[in-house]
Amino acid sequence: MASKRFLYMNRKAPHGSVYALESLEVVLIGAAFEQDVSLAFVDDGVYQLLLNQDTAALGSKNFSPTFKALGDYDISKIYVEAESLEARGLTRDDLMPLTWEDEDDDWAEKDSIHIVSSEALAEIIEQQDVLLNF
Amino acid sequence: MKFAILVNEGPYTHEAADSAYQFTAAALGAGHEIVRVFFYHDGVNNGTRLSVPPQDDRNISQRWSELGAEHDLELIVCVAAAQRRGLLDADEAKRAGKDSDNIAEGFQISGLGQLIDAGIQADRLLVFGD
Repeated sequence: MASKRFLYMNRKAPHGSVYALESLEVVLIGAAFEQDVSLAFVDDGVYQLLLNQDTAALGSKNFSPTFKALGDYDISKIYVEAESLEARGLTRDDLMPLTWEDEDDDWAEKDSIHIVSSEALAEIIEQQDVLLNF
Repeated sequence: MKFAILVNEGPYTHEAADSAYQFTAAALGAGHEIVRVFFYHDGVNNGTRLSVPPQDDRNISQRWSELGAEHDLELIVCVAAAQRRGLLDADEAKRAGKDSDNIAEGFQISGLGQLIDAGIQADRLLVFGD
């Protein structure tokens, strides 16, 4: 099977609509297809990666712990747009740590989250074959 | 060119559902190939046969069924998104112990793998959403 570069673009807050949850479901299913996978978080999508989410009062499912499983699926390219973070008064420390283990580097644990400028993200988007916007 | 279509919004709520149809019909009319139309999020509701729009309005699910029959289109509804929203075929209804199914003619229920596969097979995957 041909391998393509897939980028999942997450633009919406984790709660308030179902897009974030159902995007993550596509990512997890798609991981079985052995494609080159990246995730990007922009606009309110950056809230999806916030630490210590609690949805008890909403009565909806807190799916944020699932992001921690992405490393197990060899998904190590998670891009967060710097401008979106800054506009919301957030920094890297507000985001949950996401890591993966590098098989080619004695299984060293490495950061999956890369904070990138809007300009750098545009270049990353340019390199993709399939862009899924959620 | 080989296109795959992802429809993420529900009928009569968001123009994305109409644009997806218009694009698909136009692409087929221009001689392009549609690898698959995949319905996700509220887009699964485009596949209900129980919708009863006013007579002077378009019938969104019916026109998909007709276009599908004419061009032998794969109209695939995501099973997980469909189950949440009560869009069932006969097998799913039976499995879930429900008294009815509501999927429109020509639509099929399948998994998200069909979306990834469509992205792999097509030259371009177009997302119609919010």
